[in-house]
Formats: sequence, structure tokens, C-alpha cells
Amino acid sequence: MSLPVGASGLSTQQVEDKLVVSIGPQHPGAGHFRFTITVDGDTIVDVLPDPGYVHRGAEKQTEYRNYIQSIPLLERSSLTDVTNIIGPFSLAAEELMGIQAPPRAQYLRMIMSENQRIISHLYWLGIQGIFLGHSTMFMWPLGDRDIFIDLGQMIGGARITYSYWIPGGVRNDMPEVFKERALKVFDYFEKRLQDYERIFFANPLFLKRAQGVGILKRQEAIALGAVGPVLRASDVKSDTRIDEPYCFYKDIDFEVPSFKDCDTYARCMVHLVEMRQSMRIIRQCLDKIPEGPVKVKLSPQQRTLPGESYARVEAARGAMAFHIISDGSTKPYRVKISVPSFRNLIVLKKLLIGSHVADMPAIYWSLDYWPVEADR
Amino acid sequence: MGEITTFEQFLVRVLKIVFWLLIILPMIILPIFYLVYVLPVEFQCGFNLLTCAVKPNWTLAIDMFNPAEMNPFVSSSFISQLGLGANSMLFKSAAFPGLTFASVLASFVIWGERKILAKMQYRVGPKYAGRLEGWLQSFADLFKLLFKEIVIPAKADLLMFIAPPFAMMALSGALLATIPIGSSTYISNSSYSLLIAIALLSFFPIVTLIAGWASNNKFSFIGAIRALYQMISYEIPLILSVLGVVILTHSLSLSVIASYQTKIWYIAPMFIGAVVFFITATAEVERIPFDIPEADSELVAGWLTEYTSMLFGVINLAVYIKLYALSAIFTLLFLGGWLGPAGVPDFVWFLIKTIIVLVIFIIPRGFFPRIRIDQLIDTGWLWLIGLAFVNVFIAFILNSTGIL
Repeated sequence: MSLPVGASGLSTQQVEDKLVVSIGPQHPGAGHFRFTITVDGDTIVDVLPDPGYVHRGAEKQTEYRNYIQSIPLLERSSLTDVTNIIGPFSLAAEELMGIQAPPRAQYLRMIMSENQRIISHLYWLGIQGIFLGHSTMFMWPLGDRDIFIDLGQMIGGARITYSYWIPGGVRNDMPEVFKERALKVFDYFEKRLQDYERIFFANPLFLKRAQGVGILKRQEAIALGAVGPVLRASDVKSDTRIDEPYCFYKDIDFEVPSFKDCDTYARCMVHLVEMRQSMRIIRQCLDKIPEGPVKVKLSPQQRTLPGESYARVEAARGAMAFHIISDGSTKPYRVKISVPSFRNLIVLKKLLIGSHVADMPAIYWSLDYWPVEADR
Repeated sequence: MGEITTFEQFLVRVLKIVFWLLIILPMIILPIFYLVYVLPVEFQCGFNLLTCAVKPNWTLAIDMFNPAEMNPFVSSSFISQLGLGANSMLFKSAAFPGLTFASVLASFVIWGERKILAKMQYRVGPKYAGRLEGWLQSFADLFKLLFKEIVIPAKADLLMFIAPPFAMMALSGALLATIPIGSSTYISNSSYSLLIAIALLSFFPIVTLIAGWASNNKFSFIGAIRALYQMISYEIPLILSVLGVVILTHSLSLSVIASYQTKIWYIAPMFIGAVVFFITATAEVERIPFDIPEADSELVAGWLTEYTSMLFGVINLAVYIKLYALSAIFTLLFLGGWLGPAGVPDFVWFLIKTIIVLVIFIIPRGFFPRIRIDQLIDTGWLWLIGLAFVNVFIAFILNSTGIL
């Protein structure tokens, strides 16, 4: 579509008729994040992601705090995934302090971590539903998410920010009734997942919208450094829980999903399978959990050995890693956080260019990009 | 609305409220006036409330070029009936089968939609406005919108921005004039009412385009362009799906079509046509899965983005009146209109059928995601037009063999 007629009569010069549309930070489909798309007709020809609206300097702030004081601070970066973001920080700090958490604490960490993964995935599923215009798939997962928040509340005490995974163990033990309650919840939720499949994942219109949309091939995913569900959807069986087992994941039997489709549909299915596997992991943990103490007594002003440490866990959105350098004082000298959201952001530009405008929300949210986590 | 500091601002606010009350109150006051003052007088004169119109006039052979019959609004009877009785044109178009009735019905459709969706999604839905299940929620929303400030973008085209809500309301009201809701309860009984209804439906995307263009907003503009794309994909199947029924009845009058269905409702022989009409009507009222022009996750609110306060409220009301009108046309074409067992007034049967159709229009919103515009065009041109032609073919066979 070009207008050959200029102001001074006929001319051969083409008129630029591309539309630059700013998505976010006040757009309902963006969150605390902005990207500018250039649209030609119904096709996106250029994307300019612009993160940083919620940068709070979490890395720098940890340099002025004790290790235990940093826990509630770091949690705020990823409110849907609180257990997993402080997990690698505590693991790295323990390595510097030269201590190890007791076995019961390790199992409790796994239970809480997998519970958190389900909470995060349900939140993701709700938003993916409403981004595709499916209002029931918005209400159901967000309603069922509350049940898992209740489970987390039974152990952690709070509903969202329970600062559970601390250096030296976990904050408190789980109550006696937790196992019974959790098994009841899982039985209910497995039935609900079948409902989800019927109304959303097997919905012909959803398949039409998701299949063959936003294809990220295996080689591209590896080359761009994608992590987590995005990488697994691109036919790479990569999972920190298998590759570098922490806690007692090597004793647990579970599957890592991977799909050959490499499209938005595959990324949605990875989340669905992972929720089932998380419940499977918690069931096994509840059977295997030993008795004993849940934390090592540490001083509030706990000193560390000088040196460096690096720890990585599999968070809901992918590999979450902390690199801590300590000079032997009560505070870390430097902390570097590697968050999965930020590593997956580069994929967004790759996938959006050449796609339809209407596919933009579906592709964007299938990467599970969480702006607050990416900006730290 | 902001803080009032000067007398001028106070005056402006009062004038705004008075302006909107002047528009809204006739809808409420007029029927009350008729119920309290006019109807009792007519009862005393031996007037029958339930058949509050002139005798049915089934003159089929009307000259096609008679403008008075082509257009219900310039008919000579319009002027002669401009009285105050329940038989008058004013009462019929403003109150009972017309705008007030449809507005009240539409507000209950909005409430019903919210309750039905809430039940599907394990929620409660509206609860507190009105003691019984929040049935007054739509009216509460109306008064909320009344008291909100109208924000007009600085670079919007003022006239073109304000005109579309009222144009849409006028078009919806005109659409109602073509719909007979009983054998003797109608606004106009034109022999071309179906043709007029389809012509009026084609006006809506133009109004949408004006609204999107005048808003001077990129999201509005994309939404308006999408509305045009959507129109070219559903308009032709919509007209073709109706053609089968027209072939069977040899008539373009909705009341004649409805009255022909005494033996069998046309949904049985014309099932394909009914399905195509239902799908295209869903696209016409921009409901999920076809709410592409106002896709909220990609286009904020599409062509409605810049509309606030009662400008938004009027558009919303017009869209729901259009939904009612399309359900009514579906009932007339395929479900036998007002035909039903005797004993109750015929428009009661019509309303029962129409409300069932409305509920069927509402339910897909809980099941389906939104489809993409290119997929809609594919569906419209590949499948719906083909199915509509199959339907026309079936109608030809049924008509030429004399079965129906």
C-alpha cells in the first residue's frame, strides 16, 4: 500500500506508511514493560524491547545488607516465584559459610519450590488465557491458584512472600496436617487439569491460534541462550534439576517434558506437563521426608569465608543463578543475579518479527516474561 | 470531573448532568406516563392492551416503488398516527416494541451475560446492586457512567468523535423499527423489512471507521480497519444465509416470513443457513470469538479506546440493542417468530424464543478464545459462503419440488 501521488503531482517516491505502535508500560497486554513495534499492514516488521521500568537495584542493595536481610528484599523481584528466586542465593551463601542444611530442610525446600512452580504456572496460564481472549481460562487458573497459595501458607505462614528458603535451612517446619491436605488438593487439581485440557488446550480455536505460531527452532533456541520452558518447548531436554541436581532431586523420579513442535502450543503444553510433574515430585517428597531439625543455627551477623560461589536452581521460568563474591565480612562484596526472564527476552525480538499483530500477546506471554524479575 | 472552584465550573457540571438526564429520562418517564395516564383512558374506551395496534394488514402485493411502504419513517401513517395513544407511532417507536423496551431488555441482557459467565467460571458475578442477585447492576453502571467526565482527546476531530455514539444509537433504533414482535405488535409493517434491516446493518462498520479515525489514536485506527476487514468477510455470507428463507416464502417481509412457518419452523429445512446466520451475526455484534476490532490484549479497547463516560455507555447500549435485534431476526427467520400455542399473547412466545437465542449468543464467550483476522476472512470466504450457497441450493430444490 503506497501512495504514488505526492503533493506536487505524480512522483515515483514511495511514501512511508508503516505504523509505529508503542506497547506498554500502560498497555493491558504489557505489564511493567515497554516494547515498540513497527507494523506494516498486519505484519510486525520491527520490534524494540525496552526493559528497565522496574529496575530497583537489587544486586547493589544486597551489598549493604547481611545475608539474612537480603532474603525478603530479593523475594520482591519475582512475586510469583518467591521460593525459587531466593533458593540459589541461599545455596551460594551456605557454600561460603561452609555449612549444609539438614536433610529435612532440603526436602521442605523441594516441596515449597515445586508448590511455587505450580503457583507461577497457574498465574501464567491465566494470563495466557485472557491474552488469547479466553475469559474462562483466566478465571479458573487464578481461582485454583488460591488453593496452592493456601498450601504455601500452611508451611510458610504468609500468602505470597514467605521468605522460606534461608541460608542454613528453612524458616520453619511443616504442620502435621499438611500431607493429608496436600494429597487432597492434588487429587482435586488433577481432575481440574483435565478440565483445562478439554476447554483450552484441546479447544480447536486455541489450536488454530497457537499451533505454528512463533516457531523457535532447536538450533536458534540454543544459540540465543533460551532457558526453562522456552528451551524445553524447542526440543531440548534441559533442566537444572537433572543436569546439576541440588537438594535431593537425584533421588526423585520425574520427567522433563520436551516437544518437537517448537511453537506457542508447545510452550503452553510444557507448562501443563510441568504442573503434573511438580505434583508428582511433591507426592514423592512427602513419602520420603525424614525427621530431624529444619535449620542450622546461625548468627544474625554470620561471617563467611572470603571467596566466590555460584549456585543455580530451576525456577518456574528457567535456570535462576546467583554469583556471590565475599571478602569475609558479614555482607557480600558483589552479587550477580542471572534471571531466566531476562535471558528469554532476546527471543521475543526473534519471534515477533514477521508475525501478525494479533499473535503478539500470545507469543509474548508464551515466553513467560516477568518484567519485575528481568529488571531486578 | 475534578474539583469545583468557580461558579462557571459548577454551571458546566449541572448542565452536563441535565443534558444526559434529558436523554435518559424520556426512556423511563414516557412508559410511566403512558401506563398511568393514557392506557386507563383507552381501557375505558374498550381498547385491548395486549393487541395494542391496528388490525393486521397482510397486503402482500404492494407496489415495490411505493416510497411510503419502502421506508417506514416517511409513511403517511407516521404523521396521522402522531397522537398520544398506545396506538400512536410515537409510543410504538419510543416505548413498547421500540427503544425503551429494547434498552431495558438490553440492560438485563448485560446483567444476564455477567451472571451466566460468572456461573460458568465458578464466580458470583454482580451481587450487591439490588437484593436479588444484583439485578440492578446495569442501572448502577448507567448512573456511574452518567456522572463521569467526558474526556475528548486534544487532537480528535470533535464533531466526528461525538457523532458515532449517537449514530450507532440511531441505527440500532432504526433496526428495531423493522422488527415485528407480534402478529399485530410492530412499529412498521413494511414488505421489505428484511432488506431494510440488512441495509441498516451494513451502516455500522462505517460508523466504526469514523469513530476510529476521528479518535486520532493508533489503537482505534487499527481497530477500525479491522472492523472493515471483518465486515467484508461476514457481510456476504450473512446476506446469502437469509436468501434461502426468502426463496421459500417469496417475501422480504419479516412478518410474512414468520407467519409462513405454521407447518414447520425453517430451522429444520434451512439448518445450514441458520448456522451460517448465527456465526455471521456473532461477527456482526463483535462478540467472542469474533471480537477482533476491540481485542483488549493487543489493541487496548480497539476503536472504543478513547470513548469515556456516557459516550461509551451509549455505544455499549447500542451494541446490545443490535444484539437483541439480530436475535429477534433469527427468531423471525428460523424459529417461527411469534407462532406458538394460543392462550397467551403472541409476543410472549416471541420474547421467550428471542431470549433463548440471546443466551445462545452469550454462551460462546465462556468457551472460545478470539480468532485472528486472517483466519476470520478465510472462514468467511472459504466456508461460510460455500455453506450459504449449499443452503440456497437446498431452498431451490425444496421450492421447485413443491415440498415447502
